[in-house]
Amino acid sequence: MRGETGRANIFTRRAIIVGGAQALLTAGLAGRLYQLQVVDSERYQVLADENRINMQLLPPARGRIFDRFGQVLAENRLNYRLVVVPEAAMNLDKALDEIAALVPIEDHDRERVLREARRKQRFVPITVRENLTWDEVSQIEVNAPDLPGVMIDVGSRRLYAFGRDTVHIVGYVGAVNESDLERTDDPLLTLPDFRIGKNGAEKVLESSLRGEAGSRQVEVNAYGRVIRELSRRTGRPGDDHMLTIDLGLQQYVAARFGEESGSAVVLDVHSGEILALASMPNYDPNLFTSGISQRQWRELIGHPRFPLSNKSIAGQYSPGSTFKMIVALAALESGEVSPYQRFYCDGSIKLGKRRFRCWRRYGHGHVAMVQGLMESCDVYFYEVAKRVGIDRIAAMSERFGFGRKLDIELPGEKPGLVPTREWKLARIGEPWQGGETLVVGIGQGYLLTTPLQLAVMVARIANGGIAVEPRLLAEVIRDGQPVPREGETFDPMGLSPAHLDIVRKGMNFVVNEPKGTAYRARIEEPALAMAGKTGSVQVRRISEREHRAGVIKNEDRPWKERDHALFVAYAPLERPRYCVAVVVEHGGSGGTVAAPIARDILREVQRRDPSGRARNLEALIRPHETA
Amino acid sequence: MAQFEVSSRQGFGVAERLLRLDWFLVVLVCTVGAVGIGMLISASGGATEPWASRQMVWFGAGLLLMLGVSLIDIGFWLRAAYTIYVLAFALLVGVELLGAAGKGAQRWIDLGVIQLQPSELMKIALILALARYFHGVPLEGIGRIRTYLLPLLMIVAPAALILRQPDLGTALLLALGGAIMLFLAGLKAWKIGVAVVLALGSGPVVWQFLHEYQRARILTFFNPEADPLGAGYHILQSKIALGSGGLFGKGYLQGTQSHLNFLPEKQTDFIFTMMAEELGFFGVAGVLLLYLGIATYGVVISARSNNHFGRLLGMGITVTFFFHVFFNVAMVIGLIPIVGLPLPLISYGGSAMLSLMLGLGLLLCVGVHRDVVITRRPGSAG
Repeated sequence: MRGETGRANIFTRRAIIVGGAQALLTAGLAGRLYQLQVVDSERYQVLADENRINMQLLPPARGRIFDRFGQVLAENRLNYRLVVVPEAAMNLDKALDEIAALVPIEDHDRERVLREARRKQRFVPITVRENLTWDEVSQIEVNAPDLPGVMIDVGSRRLYAFGRDTVHIVGYVGAVNESDLERTDDPLLTLPDFRIGKNGAEKVLESSLRGEAGSRQVEVNAYGRVIRELSRRTGRPGDDHMLTIDLGLQQYVAARFGEESGSAVVLDVHSGEILALASMPNYDPNLFTSGISQRQWRELIGHPRFPLSNKSIAGQYSPGSTFKMIVALAALESGEVSPYQRFYCDGSIKLGKRRFRCWRRYGHGHVAMVQGLMESCDVYFYEVAKRVGIDRIAAMSERFGFGRKLDIELPGEKPGLVPTREWKLARIGEPWQGGETLVVGIGQGYLLTTPLQLAVMVARIANGGIAVEPRLLAEVIRDGQPVPREGETFDPMGLSPAHLDIVRKGMNFVVNEPKGTAYRARIEEPALAMAGKTGSVQVRRISEREHRAGVIKNEDRPWKERDHALFVAYAPLERPRYCVAVVVEHGGSGGTVAAPIARDILREVQRRDPSGRARNLEALIRPHETA
Repeated sequence: MAQFEVSSRQGFGVAERLLRLDWFLVVLVCTVGAVGIGMLISASGGATEPWASRQMVWFGAGLLLMLGVSLIDIGFWLRAAYTIYVLAFALLVGVELLGAAGKGAQRWIDLGVIQLQPSELMKIALILALARYFHGVPLEGIGRIRTYLLPLLMIVAPAALILRQPDLGTALLLALGGAIMLFLAGLKAWKIGVAVVLALGSGPVVWQFLHEYQRARILTFFNPEADPLGAGYHILQSKIALGSGGLFGKGYLQGTQSHLNFLPEKQTDFIFTMMAEELGFFGVAGVLLLYLGIATYGVVISARSNNHFGRLLGMGITVTFFFHVFFNVAMVIGLIPIVGLPLPLISYGGSAMLSLMLGLGLLLCVGVHRDVVITRRPGSAG
């Protein structure tokens, strides 16, 4: 048995070695485990949480927009969406058939749902239809037990109740695009169905309308399915905004324009509040929120009367004769022309070789300032402008707010243009010509103004020379409470009251004297009576030959070649409160086309008296509809 | 066929054998099995379906198989060793042919109730066969190289077949278990050194045999962060689960990594990770101690045996069992590439459970028959 013992000895020795090795290896495993689970544990705990915890943004309710009396112009409506979860529905085809028996489903929607179902994880809800009516929602809810995996999901949708009438003020929201994302790092913008302001107040007030995102932390599994909610941080809903607009007046103005194109701006002459601001034709902003079709979009941008353009602030027109008040004030302030100084109008004057015509072929005879305004005598203002010079006219224009943006709370405002010697040299490279001063004297030539600027001009004349600035935003309401704001005070422009009286008298006579250019458009009730100034602006140069042959009447020309009709006015005559600027594109004569519109607007605004009535703040102090 | 002479110092009834059974080892095995069933309940989110209930059945069946095997006369196993090996080898070739016919990986034969994996059977069969072979080698023989040629062939042939299946883990286990048996039989340490060098030299050859996904696993092992969502995903998620478990774990049924499915195959290969996540370092250290207890007990049982067959058989089973555990744990904690070995007695799976119980039964059998002396050759007296 020697061999047996020898083998056993070798075995035993080696078995102990193997046993020891096993213990060592186990210790090695334990050591490694100690390193992972004790030494590096914190790092892995962070990684495990990163794995399972997802942050989800909760979009805030967008602030609403109201008119000055609490009428809601932009609000959030609940958008009921019908969604189906393929995993829970088991047989998607059958589920869609069952849904279709309750609410109609278009064939292309059906195809889209089936296509999405193939692409996505089985537990991801797929939208079948949006904007369900309440009846449809009830149909689905009642039958819910028989429709596994079919759910009603509630989202938010922006609604503009008075769409067309307020579109150029309120604007609209739209989907986020690339350039929006570049401007901000707000994570809300990355949400797939998030909408931001694209135009109007919606755009300018975006930052305070939007509010702040809330968030929730959810636990997800490896496939991204939400298992449970861990925590929730509520965001802050966007601020509500009250505008200075009076919706009733705004609707009246839009309706009064009818088929005409152009713009009307109504201001409170003391506060600068914009009571109405219309640009015609207009369009329906709700098209943009629900996704505008290619055809509708082409129609809008190809429209010959440019509905997309906000003509009140972006339309730049020659002011024509409505500018004569500025020339008169510049003349009076300069002392070069006295109010009673007369000039003789025989229908034209000559400067060098050029002849400058009055609108009245055979002239006005001897004309002083009040009469010059009343009858809008061009020759009178040629003479005045020649004496005052372009520098003083330009300076007075700028004091009245021409040639710069007025910075109201709307996008796309244009500055207009007040030509000066320096401007012409820099821009055109030629020195100023004397004849050009004459042309500016009757509000034509290089001069460009917006309807809003014209309205501000009238307001400043009417309020006794206070440099009132226009504004659109009345109140900001945060969490149901008005945000206190500094009251705006406006400085006097340093104009002589006597000079203003003369100009106002001229404007009075324009409307209320039989020889005035707008006498037929006067307001007969003395308490509501208005003062104003007509303007008719040629859109194409009329040659000397045409003059000799006799100018073709506006009505006989193609629409595009007719004059722009302008009228600016304020009311009442004593203690003015409201003013209006009306531009009717290619309307013809200011006195016969624009003045009646302005008259009706001024009568309506005095009847409504929006500045005299208290704002309806209570309407805003109520909780948000939750989205 | 001539018979080995088996002698014993006492009478050998069933009662006697039961008395000599190493009950402490049985208790250790049952404890580990119970831990496994508990973890499978956790893996299915607190339910006994689908895994725990079936695992209980397998475990019960395995327990009976283990006890049954342990009571069978050790002489029977000695005599049947080669037959079992040849049978296992034939089955291995069989699945290889079936796999070739089915144009895919084929590891098992469907027996209706259970899917028999010939590679599982081969682990036991190789140990039996090598134990029998070296039982017959006299002391003078163990110094000669040619003594080891046949055993080497007995190891390499099935290992190569299993590697082709492809089942890297089992092939590795087979080769390592076999090599350690050669060492225990008396092969000189320096010769083993030479063999290791040769084996490493053959690495490039083996690389050619490996499947694309096996190569990816090995490459991933060296740099798991390089591809966190691809091949490196499993090991990275496993380490996150382990590490986030900390000292005391997240609590039973509370593992986030495993219950939110970040952890792959949590009921089979990665069950140790889930255990580490939920029970923490203390929990898994305890489980490792249980395994080490079984392995150490195996060494003791083997060393106490009075016959060389029993010694080698017991040690072979012990070492295979130990490395089975070691490879699985080392794999999920990122010490070695993922080779696809389940955790003995805990991972879900009937086939592995039964073959492990068969092996442990043989170990117990060695213990029961520790005092039996068996002649080196059939019909000779010593």
